[in-house]
Amino acid sequence: MTPHPAPEAGPFLGKLSLDALPLHEPILVVTFAIVVIGGLGVLAAITKYRLWGWLWRDWFTTVDHKRIGIMYMILGLIMFLRGFADAIMMRLQQVWAFNGSEGYLNAHHYDQVFTAHGVIMIFFVAMPFITGLMNYMVPLQIGARDVSFPFLNNFSFWMTTAGAVLCMISLFIGEFAQTGWLAYPPLSGIAYSPNVGVDYYIWSLQIAGVGTTLSGINLIVTILKLRAPGMGLMKMPVFTWTSLCSNILIVASFPILTATLVLLSLDRYIGTNFFTNDLGGSPMMYVNLIWIWGHPEVYILILPLFGVFSEVTSTFSGKKLFGYTSMVYATVVITILSYIVWLHHFFTMGSGASVNSFFGITTMVISIPTGAKLFNWLFTMYRGRIRFELPMMWTIAFMLTFVVGGMTGVLLAVPPADFVLHNSLFLIAHFHNVIIGGVLFGLFAAINYWWPKAFGFKLDVFWGKISFWCWVVGFWLAFMPLYILGLMGVTRRMRVFDDPSLQIWFAIAAFGALVIAAGIGAMLVQFAVSIWKRKELVDESGDPWNGRTLEWATSSPPPDYNFAFTPVIHDLDAWYDMKKRGHQRPVGGFRDIHMPSNTGAGIILAGFSLVMGFALVWHIWWLAAVSFAATVFGAIYQTFNYKRDFHIPAATVVEVEDARTRQLAAGA
Amino acid sequence: MPSNLPRSVARLRLLPLLAALPLLSGCGMVVLDPAGDVARQQGDLIVISTVLMLLIIVPVMALTIFFAWRYRAANKDATYKPDWDHSTQLELVIWSAPLLIIICLGAVTWVATHLLDPYRPLARTAPGKPVAAHVKPLEVNVVALDWKWLFIYPEQGVATVNELAVPVDRPLRFRISSSSVMNSFYVPALAGQIYAMPGMETKLHGVFDKTGSFEGFSANYSGAGFSNMRFAVKSLPAGEFDKWVAEAKASTEGDLDRLTYLKLEKPSEKEPVRRFAAVDPQLFDAVVNMCVEPGKMCMHDMMSIDAKGGAGIAGIHNVRSVTYDKFAARGTGGIAGWNIRYVAALCSAAMTSADRPDAKPVNPAPLKGEGLPSPNQPPERTALNGSAPPPMS
Amino acid sequence: MSATTTTAADEPVQFYDLDEHAHPEGHSTMLGFWIYLMSDCLIFAILFACFGVLGGNYAAGPAPKDLFDLNLIALNTAMLLFSSITYGFAVLQMQQGNVRGTQIWLAVTGLFGLGFLGIELYEFHHLIEIGATPQRSAFLSSFFTLVGTHGLHVTFGVIWLVTLMVQLGKHGLIAANKRRVMCLSMFWHFLDVIWIGVFTIVYLMGVLR
Repeated sequence: MTPHPAPEAGPFLGKLSLDALPLHEPILVVTFAIVVIGGLGVLAAITKYRLWGWLWRDWFTTVDHKRIGIMYMILGLIMFLRGFADAIMMRLQQVWAFNGSEGYLNAHHYDQVFTAHGVIMIFFVAMPFITGLMNYMVPLQIGARDVSFPFLNNFSFWMTTAGAVLCMISLFIGEFAQTGWLAYPPLSGIAYSPNVGVDYYIWSLQIAGVGTTLSGINLIVTILKLRAPGMGLMKMPVFTWTSLCSNILIVASFPILTATLVLLSLDRYIGTNFFTNDLGGSPMMYVNLIWIWGHPEVYILILPLFGVFSEVTSTFSGKKLFGYTSMVYATVVITILSYIVWLHHFFTMGSGASVNSFFGITTMVISIPTGAKLFNWLFTMYRGRIRFELPMMWTIAFMLTFVVGGMTGVLLAVPPADFVLHNSLFLIAHFHNVIIGGVLFGLFAAINYWWPKAFGFKLDVFWGKISFWCWVVGFWLAFMPLYILGLMGVTRRMRVFDDPSLQIWFAIAAFGALVIAAGIGAMLVQFAVSIWKRKELVDESGDPWNGRTLEWATSSPPPDYNFAFTPVIHDLDAWYDMKKRGHQRPVGGFRDIHMPSNTGAGIILAGFSLVMGFALVWHIWWLAAVSFAATVFGAIYQTFNYKRDFHIPAATVVEVEDARTRQLAAGA
Repeated sequence: MPSNLPRSVARLRLLPLLAALPLLSGCGMVVLDPAGDVARQQGDLIVISTVLMLLIIVPVMALTIFFAWRYRAANKDATYKPDWDHSTQLELVIWSAPLLIIICLGAVTWVATHLLDPYRPLARTAPGKPVAAHVKPLEVNVVALDWKWLFIYPEQGVATVNELAVPVDRPLRFRISSSSVMNSFYVPALAGQIYAMPGMETKLHGVFDKTGSFEGFSANYSGAGFSNMRFAVKSLPAGEFDKWVAEAKASTEGDLDRLTYLKLEKPSEKEPVRRFAAVDPQLFDAVVNMCVEPGKMCMHDMMSIDAKGGAGIAGIHNVRSVTYDKFAARGTGGIAGWNIRYVAALCSAAMTSADRPDAKPVNPAPLKGEGLPSPNQPPERTALNGSAPPPMS
Repeated sequence: MSATTTTAADEPVQFYDLDEHAHPEGHSTMLGFWIYLMSDCLIFAILFACFGVLGGNYAAGPAPKDLFDLNLIALNTAMLLFSSITYGFAVLQMQQGNVRGTQIWLAVTGLFGLGFLGIELYEFHHLIEIGATPQRSAFLSSFFTLVGTHGLHVTFGVIWLVTLMVQLGKHGLIAANKRRVMCLSMFWHFLDVIWIGVFTIVYLMGVLR
């Protein structure tokens, strides 16, 4: 009856068969070959240098928030390269497909590429990056030895990774969704997307979403419960504050995503009618629900970076942060307001004028606290002594870029203006302007700022500057044309064009993307060169930037237990206060330190979940049932383990701290 | 709403011209230089809002650069106050400056959103050209199909695929729906877009004040053929439009009845322009009610049954599997053992139109503070004070 | 905790807590679990919202008044409410340090939970048998999903209960087990609260509709 029937489900392998391998797509075959060869190379190297034991003991099973933080950053970086490859493919297709040319990507492939680009960049790049940062820095900033639930932290990381892996599997087995990154029904329903793409989408987000939610709970409790004595809420570093708000947003919004995707999967798997056209379903409800999660998600991403900019501006201006209190209140106001603006993503759905203007105005109101934050950074620089190290350069670039993105965002919040710009390339330019100009620039500032803390040496400045200029120039080249194209009435997600006058703008944008690629390359070189020259770039002091917050009070990298003695806080900018008042680092009287033990449960349970996700995607019911049972029983088995901690003996602490004392003396 | 708003808005109208100059010089910015009154007001609004925001954005950017330069570490002449971190006056300024801008912008937004509500019938076809009372808008029913557009002209009794021809200077009233997934009906030269959704009807009002050929398309991704879901838009002088209608009526494509429609709605890409000489007058309402297929219950029937408490236990089995597969190209099989089903028709009520009467037009003049009649002149008869036109259906 | 945080002018300020005592293990578990429950509550909020929006879309099929047997549901509600009371007794026994008593009351709670699940399964089976399946209409989809999600939670609660009884048998009322009893207590009462919402909004108001 149907020309392209959905594969018949067999009892043993479900819908999975050799046809699922995209052997007819040369791009994918070559990519697959490269991945396999590269992967085998890495595996061989690990085996040759006998690193498996080290990886398993020190990394995969670790509950140390610092190591987990680093693993999150690595995950984010790997996925970033994938997401960026998708971006380059889109730019290339769009500059190519003119004058009757179909470009080099067919609709089936191109539609997957833009969907995957959005999904990966948000869920598997931005989220791991910010979670990694918060994981690493928050406990240090509040003077804690780890997070509240260290095992859960490891589990969260591996669930996020399992989601990313499932998403990557779709590249080579089957297909990814061809729906756009939010998978609006009815298009994402079984009637219009009968193959496995949307199922990959659903299960990779669901598995990763469990990790994200649990990590959010973990960090909230950590911040609320594990602050060093004397650190009242209004003495917390701004980064910790913004992390707190961001995690509150995570816990208060990711369950909405989970529930919404559950309903979509019920529609797809058992034929319910939540979002279908017939039998009483309502696709509009999905659009509402997904954006009730989706808008707070934007602030989940940007808030921690606002914290980073605050820390960086204050440190490199050699000045207290201007208006700490109003900064905190601005953050809290943004947190709350982010829940009452979701409808601005679909003014064009035909709500009444009053509803539209309500949501338009609430959206604009968010720009007030955001504007206040910008002014606070500005007046932190005022009468400071600004050192233009790389983190500060990224911050200035952010301030100049982000305001433009903010302005176009407010513009899009005016409903009648949105009617002509909605879904256009203007919108694409806007949100890349805030996400690249805000989130990514902030991440780069943070990486350059905190790298010495994590590894004990600074990052190379020369390559850092090359990367910086490539990124900034490349960004403007890549996205200003999109603003213009949006005003020319060009809509998003187009694969082919017939108006030849547009081509020049796409060419500029593609060139910009290549400049960004150079920036990414320079950044990878920067990492490599810095590791190569780590002896020259070494920082013995643990405080290379003359920092102000507690993470700089300990060595770089910090010992497993972070602080031999828990610091006592008397002032905001605790470390600055300690330095000013001539504190003495304790050199004796160390005791046993109580620490959580490593466990392999996290990676094993996440592995079961990954298998379950894969089995569900392909309708391999027996495997789904087995892996689900394994997950549940594995979790129960884990609860029978009551020995989850150990003590670092005082002798070891003395050894580590004496070495530190000698290091400091040598550096002085 | 502050009463002096209109004047401030009027004064602001001069500013955008300055800002718009460099923008407009780049040709082809249809969003800022459209051919219809609604789109033009929307474009103007973009410029007004941008200028309003630049009032604060430009100083911030300038200050950023200035502070960064002035307080660089190398400049030992600059004051250095490491512990200065608070100033109540300054805090007041930095919170109230954006607040003031947003109050202005919010007021503009509120007014503009209501005036340019796509559901609101037009009160003018161009600045200073009110719609006369006797002018009835041209109605066009729009259906987004996979992946082409169907336009039905109920007044003229013709229909077209991928071609929208309309008379210039006559208000247009679009009723919009979709057959399968969400699309967005967008003619940038005419007016902003509105979603086309299956089983639902949205509305859009607009008018061309220039003749010419333009382009329309779907602005919401809808699957594989989305990129080619474009249609030609022709704004014709009144006489030419009548000629165009006459040509359509002479078309050899035949009539657009329900069977033809069901064939037409099957997925296809890059459909050439087609014109149908006649059209089933109830077709559009059947599309909105999702009951073009024979034997399928219309949504309005279903809703009235549901409003009365459902059809009870007896109604459970009144469903049929989809026998004819309109999603063929998208490859629909069974869903893990479940078939896609629909509710079968009972003896149904006559097809009722989902069309709801429009809201009353609002005269934008008082809000703009211009064009108010002087008290001793009899008011001009326009669509705003004339008697309401008779309902369409 | 540190002895001196504020100081007279001559007294040195203390910057490190030199006489530190380890935090009691699991001192933040209750807060963490509470936050988890709130996130779970949001999932139910979405399901309730869906029922609110779609609950009247019968698709010319059956409505609540055709399907629900309020007597049965009242019995079911009683099961769950009683199970909360018996859970309370378990906690009282735990506070008196009585392992056996705690286990017995947990077992009674579990039986009530199983009774609840049995009745719910019977109801679902009956509905599906007459053709009122989740596929029939958006109303039935949202009904089965909301009530079923609650039922799944109760199922996991029962599994947890059994696990906990074994753990109590193995280790007795150690601090970790007490904490778990309290967490499960919160979870169980939370499900009770959700059920009251389900009973009112889905069943009572549904039949009235």
